[in-house]
Amino acid sequence: MLKKISSIPFAGTPEQEAELKAVIAKHIDDPGAVMPVLQEAQDIYGYLPIEVQTMIAEGLNVPLEEVYGVSTFYSQFALSPKGKYNISVCMGTACYVKGSGDVLNKLSEELGIEAEECTLDGQFSLTACRCIGACGLAPVITINDDVYGRLTADMIPDILKKYKD
Amino acid sequence: MYRSNVLVCGGTGCTSSDSLKIVEKLNEELAARGLEKEVNVITTGCFGLCALGPIVVIYPEGSFYSMVNIDDIPEIVEEHLLKGRIVTRLLYQETVEEDTIKSLNKTAFYAKQQRIALRNCGVIDPEKIDEYIAMDGYQALGKVLTEMKPDEVIETILASGLRGRGGAGFPTGLKWKFAAANDADQKYVCCNADEGDPGAFMDRSILEGDPHALLEAMAIAGYAIGATKGYVYVRAEYPIAVNRLQIAIDQAHEYGLLGDNIFGTDFCFDVQLRLGAGAFVCGEETSLMTSIEGKRGEPRPRPPFPAVKGLYKKPTILNNVETYANIPRIILLGADWFQSIGTEKSKGTKVFALGGKIEHTGLVEVPMGTTLREIVEEIGGGIPGGKKFKAAQTGGPSGGCIPPQHLDIPIDYDNLLSIGSMMGSGGLIVMDETTCMVDIAKFFLEFTVDESCGKCTPCRIGTKRLLEMLDKITKGQGTLEMIDEMEELCHYIKDNSLCGLGQTAPNPVLSTLHYFRDEYIQHVVDKKCVAGVCKDLLEFSIIKDKCFGCSMCARQCPAGAITVTDYTAPGKKKPAYEIDTASALSAVLVYQHVSSAQS
Repeated sequence: MLKKISSIPFAGTPEQEAELKAVIAKHIDDPGAVMPVLQEAQDIYGYLPIEVQTMIAEGLNVPLEEVYGVSTFYSQFALSPKGKYNISVCMGTACYVKGSGDVLNKLSEELGIEAEECTLDGQFSLTACRCIGACGLAPVITINDDVYGRLTADMIPDILKKYKD
Repeated sequence: MYRSNVLVCGGTGCTSSDSLKIVEKLNEELAARGLEKEVNVITTGCFGLCALGPIVVIYPEGSFYSMVNIDDIPEIVEEHLLKGRIVTRLLYQETVEEDTIKSLNKTAFYAKQQRIALRNCGVIDPEKIDEYIAMDGYQALGKVLTEMKPDEVIETILASGLRGRGGAGFPTGLKWKFAAANDADQKYVCCNADEGDPGAFMDRSILEGDPHALLEAMAIAGYAIGATKGYVYVRAEYPIAVNRLQIAIDQAHEYGLLGDNIFGTDFCFDVQLRLGAGAFVCGEETSLMTSIEGKRGEPRPRPPFPAVKGLYKKPTILNNVETYANIPRIILLGADWFQSIGTEKSKGTKVFALGGKIEHTGLVEVPMGTTLREIVEEIGGGIPGGKKFKAAQTGGPSGGCIPPQHLDIPIDYDNLLSIGSMMGSGGLIVMDETTCMVDIAKFFLEFTVDESCGKCTPCRIGTKRLLEMLDKITKGQGTLEMIDEMEELCHYIKDNSLCGLGQTAPNPVLSTLHYFRDEYIQHVVDKKCVAGVCKDLLEFSIIKDKCFGCSMCARQCPAGAITVTDYTAPGKKKPAYEIDTASALSAVLVYQHVSSAQS
């Protein structure tokens, strides 16, 4: 899968770095530590800029190439930052046959961005995700932790309004 | 002792429609009436009838409240729990009979189901090990450790005829036997909980509703093959499942049911969680093991098989969640009992995730050999809106579409293969006449192109070429030769790919080509998509003699493609409209109005 790599300058804080170092120390003796450390690093920073991956490679004493290989392989790892509100549109089969493609197009039209992009003001990012398992509510989107189900495209503007203030 | 138990579904489907807030509100309303010591509120796993969530069930009456709104709670508490009057208005209407309520087990959705893997889902609180133990939990592990030798356990599983529920249907006992036969200083038991098939969610429901069943079964497997360590590879997209599994692991440790010297024997076994990170290929066994090792989840050539060299090059078994969930029951009730359920070559039950164009979306567990018609029409309640059944898709991106003429085939592993589909993990997506089969094939190919790990050429490049051809067909640029070329390429990809992903990726194309070739030909020759899905092939027109000039189409067309051409047409009182087809192509709204005017 091709990934969009961020051109936004890295703005990590010393607190975040200390947190990351603690995570690395916790996993350093695990065989197969790269994935759990990347997962926790993404929780700390929200995404995985190259600076963070370099710290992980050095901390775990593995080549950066290996860390980068893993971070680009799995769809869950984000190489660019997410918006304040991240909208995930479920593109699982159950949602797709019930029109999640139209929902995604409508979101893209309303926000002026494509899937896997973030709005310029950093408010919204849009992701097409795999099945989240709420097939009974298809089609489904999530906005951060809020779930919206049984959607049609024309419900989108009203939902977005709630987050625009 | 409580006089009433209120069960609220805490599965992903119902929590997505705020069932946890319902639990809070229930507790609040009960406390306000001083009932908190008389009525017990329990958050359970999934009941299966996800279409009607959030679900609240009150015992001893067995009242099944569906699509409960948070504002309904005061009424339920006041009327039902305080005054003892069931709120019929909010009940699942199928359970309502004139003077009484019908037992849930007699409703169409539940009557034909037989719950083995899902036995505790929607029954117990998954975060309390005591509730699992009260349902005979960990009794099978105790029996195995104190009364059976490892090879007796394997014999039992072999004799039961249990086959892998993850897709391929390999006999589970045989897998265990191979791994047991290899001597090594360390062996591993792994669980595939990386439910990648978009549209399948039975594993998630078991993890969320009955996590201890998985842990118990893994420990039994560990004893059988001589392993002391287990890994559950679970999707990070399932936060509730991950959380409940971790709670279950901690509780099992506390009770001495995991860890050292389990049941006072010298058997030691421990389980760790590993989170997947969203790669479909990691459902393939060698990829999954590479991923647990922390690397890019690329498959390895087999042989050597994991039973010889698996995780960290040690003998390893890998089973799917649903497979494990059957194990404790088989140990307790015996191989003969399990043998008695199902068809000749497929024993036991199978859980299906019903989704798509069907009334009762949700999870159903039926004996093998149940027909597709029973599942779709009886249990699933048929297709909404009076539309016609067109196909059921099983096996996800590796499976195929089953057309109406095969609705009466008894579903088991071998029958599904013989009609060009496969069991897969049990996703069952129903499609009606508004689903375009070429578009569905393209949807699955987009998925596999995206998820192909890139290691072997047939899969990486072959699926991409296949998708390009499908794309051309949906845009009206296909040729008849292209259809034949696609078929040839499909067989090439199947025969030459390294792992199961590539070997099965062409199945959605092959099966739709087999059963719905006419539809492909329509796209190519007539440049038409009868289902109205492929937007490039849509054509809009106004049927002049039916148009009565209401102007609705002109006002609502987002592309502004409709104009008044002849305001004062002779002999007509109303204006006439004309459509600019080119700019209307993206405007589905127009299509809907025009088509409703046609009918």
